Amino acid sequence: MKISFDSNRYFGKRLLFCAVFVLGLAGCAQSTPETVYVTKEVVKEVSRDPGKLVIYVGRSETLVGPIVKQFAEVTGIDVQAKYGKTGAIAATLLEEGRKSPADIFFAQDPGGLGVTAKAGMLKPLDSDLLEKVPTWAQSKESLWIGLSGRARTVVYNTKNVLPENLPATIEGFADPEWKGRIGWPPTNGSFQAMVTAMRVEWGEERTRQWLEGIQANEPKIYPKNTPTVAAAGAGEIDVGFVNHYYLHRFIAEQGEGFGARNHHLASGGVGSVILVAGAGILNTSKNEENAKKFLNFMLSPVAQQYFTGQTYEYPLVEGVKANPLLVPIDLINKPSIDMASLDDLKGTQELLRSLGILN
Amino acid sequence: MNQATKAFFIEIVKRKYGRPPLYIFVLLFLIVFIMVLPLIHLVIRGAEASYNDWRLLFSIRTFEIFGRSFLLMMTVTFFSFLIAMPLAWITVRTNLALKKIWTVLISLPLVIPSFVGAFLFDSVLSPKGLLQKLLEILFGIEKIPEIYGLFGATLVLVLLTYPYLFLTIRSALSNLDSSREDIARSLGHSFFSRFIHVIFPQLKPAIIAGSLLVALYVLSDFGVVSLMKYNTFTWIIYQQYESVVERSASAVLSLVLVLTAIIIITLEYRTRGNEKYYRVGRGASREPRLIKLGKWQFPISLFVVFIVVLALFLPISVLVFWFVRGISFGEPILLLWEATYNSIFLSIVTAGITIFLSFCMAIVLVRHKMLINKFLEPISFTGYALPGIVVGISLVFFGIHYGLFLYQTKYLLIIAYIILFFPVALGTIRSSLLQISPMIIESGYLLKHNYLGVMVKIILPIMKSGLFMSGAMVFLLTMKELPATLILGPIGMKTLSMAVWSASSEAFFAQAAAPALMLIIITILPLSILLKRNNRFLS
Repeated sequence: MKISFDSNRYFGKRLLFCAVFVLGLAGCAQSTPETVYVTKEVVKEVSRDPGKLVIYVGRSETLVGPIVKQFAEVTGIDVQAKYGKTGAIAATLLEEGRKSPADIFFAQDPGGLGVTAKAGMLKPLDSDLLEKVPTWAQSKESLWIGLSGRARTVVYNTKNVLPENLPATIEGFADPEWKGRIGWPPTNGSFQAMVTAMRVEWGEERTRQWLEGIQANEPKIYPKNTPTVAAAGAGEIDVGFVNHYYLHRFIAEQGEGFGARNHHLASGGVGSVILVAGAGILNTSKNEENAKKFLNFMLSPVAQQYFTGQTYEYPLVEGVKANPLLVPIDLINKPSIDMASLDDLKGTQELLRSLGILN
Repeated sequence: MNQATKAFFIEIVKRKYGRPPLYIFVLLFLIVFIMVLPLIHLVIRGAEASYNDWRLLFSIRTFEIFGRSFLLMMTVTFFSFLIAMPLAWITVRTNLALKKIWTVLISLPLVIPSFVGAFLFDSVLSPKGLLQKLLEILFGIEKIPEIYGLFGATLVLVLLTYPYLFLTIRSALSNLDSSREDIARSLGHSFFSRFIHVIFPQLKPAIIAGSLLVALYVLSDFGVVSLMKYNTFTWIIYQQYESVVERSASAVLSLVLVLTAIIIITLEYRTRGNEKYYRVGRGASREPRLIKLGKWQFPISLFVVFIVVLALFLPISVLVFWFVRGISFGEPILLLWEATYNSIFLSIVTAGITIFLSFCMAIVLVRHKMLINKFLEPISFTGYALPGIVVGISLVFFGIHYGLFLYQTKYLLIIAYIILFFPVALGTIRSSLLQISPMIIESGYLLKHNYLGVMVKIILPIMKSGLFMSGAMVFLLTMKELPATLILGPIGMKTLSMAVWSASSEAFFAQAAAPALMLIIITILPLSILLKRNNRFLS
């Protein structure tokens, strides 16, 4: 017994050493990125306490964290941001109800915003804010507003497919020549938003026919956009129906050699619908002024430039140039569909379920 | 027998089968109270369900999908056992070279979060994955067959979950008294006969406990099945949450999941007999002789290497590959010291509290025959079977309405972890408690210790290895937990698993690799403790 006791003590020391080592490792690693924003702190307002702002962000921190941080540094506002998945955050907001500490819900897609809007949790926005973005990119009741745009597109493998052989509309993929070559993420929110857009634009019957046509071509199913783009890059599929900006992430990460590119359908239409990520102010917000400041900042040229430059999305404010890597928004033959008309997610899921695409 | 001795024995019998002291009841009440929170919430939401929601339950071909979930659960548990049993045997009972290192490496896959693990395996094993690229260079193979569906889901889940079984079996095996084996050997039983008739029956509680952990993990997994394209119940629940259309429908689906878990646990309960797992003979327990592998050293080492390469080396090398590739194309890399600290803090606190609570419950389950025992276990297991997102949302509801002082604090998050991982600790602790002879405990009473004294001075020291084992498992699980952490984490708090998710979900692979590797490095620590403790025998 005594021996084992001694060995424990010895072991404890080693443990301590290991802990110090690991913590030290973590400590060294964080030293570099700190300096990036230091210069901006000068701009802080000194006059009075700028207060605080609680933001629920349904987007990844890696993506939008830097611009949220920049807002905090420029305004001096104590910004508290909670990051998560749009669906889970919307569900959280519904549970929190009137007691929610959140001032702003910044969501990945109109679907999540629509749910909170329907539950009466969002507050109408001021017209000076609404005027900044086109009417198609905001809610009909002025409850939320788009902050950045992402285009639906076809990602194709450059080895197996020549872009000129791609059909001019998304309907062309229902042709049997695409059998076994398509990939799609039917459970993904953006995909379902596109199907909703189809139902709005084409009507129920034509949408059903298109879905059946693709089904007959035995598409490969992916849980979301990222693995779909990865599969197109690897040549596992020839084409995939995704949002446009994932491709640019892959190229940034793997270089120009990445095996896939985006194709914006020549005749545009609903296969090129532009979806938005957006935000709304909660009814129960205790920091409304700061919330407005935040939305204004997100629609300022600086933030819009950030979105297009860093996350490869389309700016929604006039006068801000899109990233030169992107196909200009005017060349994408986008349909004139209001984001606000895409709120019948339930109907879309029922349709997909009735066809056995969703379970 | 004189009057005094008689009274003394009556006292002992009362303590053995009688009711535990009041403070134990208070703790039990606390545990049950925490555990039923998600259930209450699900019932509240489920009661709001409309006709349409119920129709959804039946329109999703419930039975078929249910069957699929069940099938996956069986295959994963079975194959995990096939891998874990021999590995546990080899690392405890043979003179395999570098045994300690192998044991750590074999256990490590436990820390790979399944949402990352699935992605890593997929990027290697997909028809045009890294493996195919390698084969193309070597042999010109242009495409390898798809693994998606039951096969792929089973493969990946087995590789991620077999350590549960490995650790529980290993713990029981190293505490096993070899005297029964020696008797069997002296009676001329062969190795396999000894294994089937002597060792296996004694390991049964550990095997069942470990299998239960694997089975319920599979039931609640979402990350692997979604990427391996195998539709299960939990995937559908996640889809419901993701699209936020109908929350009462997801509550109904979750309740079905809970019901399944309760049925499985009750079945498991039935299979338990009244066997005794402690040693009854006199004298000190003997360490079993290590089997000399001899000419088998090489092939057996090869088997161990094969598993470690597949389950650990493969995913880690993908992470390293991502890391290096990203850096070479100029991706910024940052490791977060704060996230590391938070992960370690949350995991240690969760592990500590969970061990304490499950130890109290295990004592009641094993030492006291009470009517409520039948309900305690199923109730405490339901949290583990539920997807993390369901537990998270339910605590949002209770936190915001009835516990605002806890809401958006680390404490509520820790409560969620306890709900999710309590059964993991309970299973291991319970099976190691079964190995303690009641005579040892009675001698504690003979020494005039009270209830608490016996627990602290006698049971705890003997059980140390079991406690450390379960603590380490809870630690690892907490480190990698994501959905509940995202929902309940205090605003602005970061953990390593959050950092991994935040980057990997938007295809920032290099930035995801750094915290993922950190997660694995940190885990080596508790695993080494585990080993250290585990190698000692009851004395």
